[in-house]
Amino acid sequence: MSIIKESTVPPLLKQGRNGKKHISDLRFILLTVFTVSGFILAVLANLLFRQLADVKITAYAYGSLVININEAYRIVLAVLILLYLGIAGCSFFRADRRVKFSKRAPFRFAVGIALALWDILGTKLLLLPQPFFPGPARIIEAFLIEGDYIWQNTLYSLRLFSVGFTLGVVFGVGTGILIGWFPKVYYWVYPVLKITGVIPAVAWMPFALTLFPTPFSAAAFLIVICAWFSIASLTAQGIQSTQRPQFEVARTLGAKTPFLVFHVAIPHAMPQIFTGISNANGFAFTTLVMAEMMGQPGGLGYYINASKVWSAYYKVFAAIIVMAVLFSLIMKGMGLIQRRVLRWQKGLVKSDGQ
Amino acid sequence: MGSEAIIEIKNVNRTYIDDKDNTVEALNDINLTVYRGEFVSVIGSSGCGKTTLLRLIAGLDVPETGTLLLEGEEITAPDPQRGYVFQQGGLFPWLTVEQNIATGLKARHVYGQNKAQVGHYIALIGLQGFEKSFPHQISGGMAQRVAIARSLINKPKALLLDEPMGALDSFTRADIQDKLLELRKENDTTMILVTHDIDEAIYLSDRVVIMTPRPGKISEILDIKMSHPRNRGGSEFLSIRSNILEKLHFASAQPQLDYTI
Repeated sequence: MSIIKESTVPPLLKQGRNGKKHISDLRFILLTVFTVSGFILAVLANLLFRQLADVKITAYAYGSLVININEAYRIVLAVLILLYLGIAGCSFFRADRRVKFSKRAPFRFAVGIALALWDILGTKLLLLPQPFFPGPARIIEAFLIEGDYIWQNTLYSLRLFSVGFTLGVVFGVGTGILIGWFPKVYYWVYPVLKITGVIPAVAWMPFALTLFPTPFSAAAFLIVICAWFSIASLTAQGIQSTQRPQFEVARTLGAKTPFLVFHVAIPHAMPQIFTGISNANGFAFTTLVMAEMMGQPGGLGYYINASKVWSAYYKVFAAIIVMAVLFSLIMKGMGLIQRRVLRWQKGLVKSDGQ
Repeated sequence: MGSEAIIEIKNVNRTYIDDKDNTVEALNDINLTVYRGEFVSVIGSSGCGKTTLLRLIAGLDVPETGTLLLEGEEITAPDPQRGYVFQQGGLFPWLTVEQNIATGLKARHVYGQNKAQVGHYIALIGLQGFEKSFPHQISGGMAQRVAIARSLINKPKALLLDEPMGALDSFTRADIQDKLLELRKENDTTMILVTHDIDEAIYLSDRVVIMTPRPGKISEILDIKMSHPRNRGGSEFLSIRSNILEKLHFASAQPQLDYTI
């Protein structure tokens, strides 16, 4: 007779290797309530906690609609609550999504609680050092004051990023293939790439600004070179690491050089090309924002700099939030493309899924 | 089997330098003629140059002296006329079964008019339903069949097989051996197999070429005149087997004749 306590079962067994744990309907509904309860608490904190400190709760009019910053903040919270309820609804019918949603419940709850605390400390009691750490409602105020201006700057950043990064990828993959395939190109170009590659792209800013006709093209150039170096060297490595038997197989099947490059070496290098692209992505965001801060007529980096001059730190935070969302979306998009292109790796490599 | 020569190997020598800077005579004065439609196996212990010989026929390597001819023309580079199946299959992991088989057609720019061939070869190797699978999703035996189909779709005059069943279990091995005999009938393809499995060589071949190492030489060529399907346990089979064993194994090492009763 022995009773095995639950705690003696190793956690791996309890969850199953792939986390294929079944979650009952009731448990899932409770977890959904748990997920949104943090945000509901944040709404309640905003509604019920007395405004003790002296903070101006400004109202803004949009046509006939008049809205103050607390109301706007609560609307944002309500949107988040609806969003999570929506996700829960979509996840209800799929076991794997249920597990994913449930795993994230504690974290999302904590985000709600953090917002409530921030609201109380930053707006209601004004205990955080001002004007550096405004409350959440004040940050939303930035969008109420000049939402369209923030949007314009966001579009500027997005345009700059798209142009620079696309060209960087094209040049990077192109040179990478040449370096990887032709030993002569490797000999002459690779050392240059290695030495110049370690220099942060923004160091070229003074040259870029004088050599290029517009600030936009100068900044785009900086993004191009920062993406280019990282992508080119990884592409070259990927091409060079193609095993000889794969070329031999192709040659006995009748392949000539162009086929070997485009149908053997490049597909083989694809995983490394994507590693290069995602590395470059991070560098490109940094370069983008730095370049905008140093001399652009627009963009989120420019907006941060311009707001800082007026000590409008709530606007700085607003821009940071936009960056977080924008850059996450770009990364997510890249991830989707990568998973599509490299779908043959699914189940072959460990880093799959999460 | 007619007596028309398809591959002629004349006085071929090939040496290479190993890791310790020693010159190794991989092939020493090799002479061999393979006839159209024939199935020839090359056996020998490792290091006897059998794979080197196959690579020379494929055009993946060049001899130091001597010549190799396919239908009277000198072999200088790889060509789809001589299909080659590697030991580890060498399927392209980023292509599906279907795309792997179509590689030869695409490489020769004849895919458009031969699309239907892909399905035909998939059926021939019995892999219907796996067309869209990637190589890591199928078994080793299936992968090897795909590799064979991928070479055969080019309708090669000769198919060169470099221990294609070396890494497989004995059931899968027997299955692929039968498949090879079947495929051979399909186009009357000449096949040259490199193996270290004596049973496999006897089961499949019209002739078995026995090679010995250091320097790599042909020591004997045996005709196998049994009719197909061959019985692996039959007395004729076994007597050929012991004959080859004797020639191979005991040509170099002294047998242990130490009996204690």
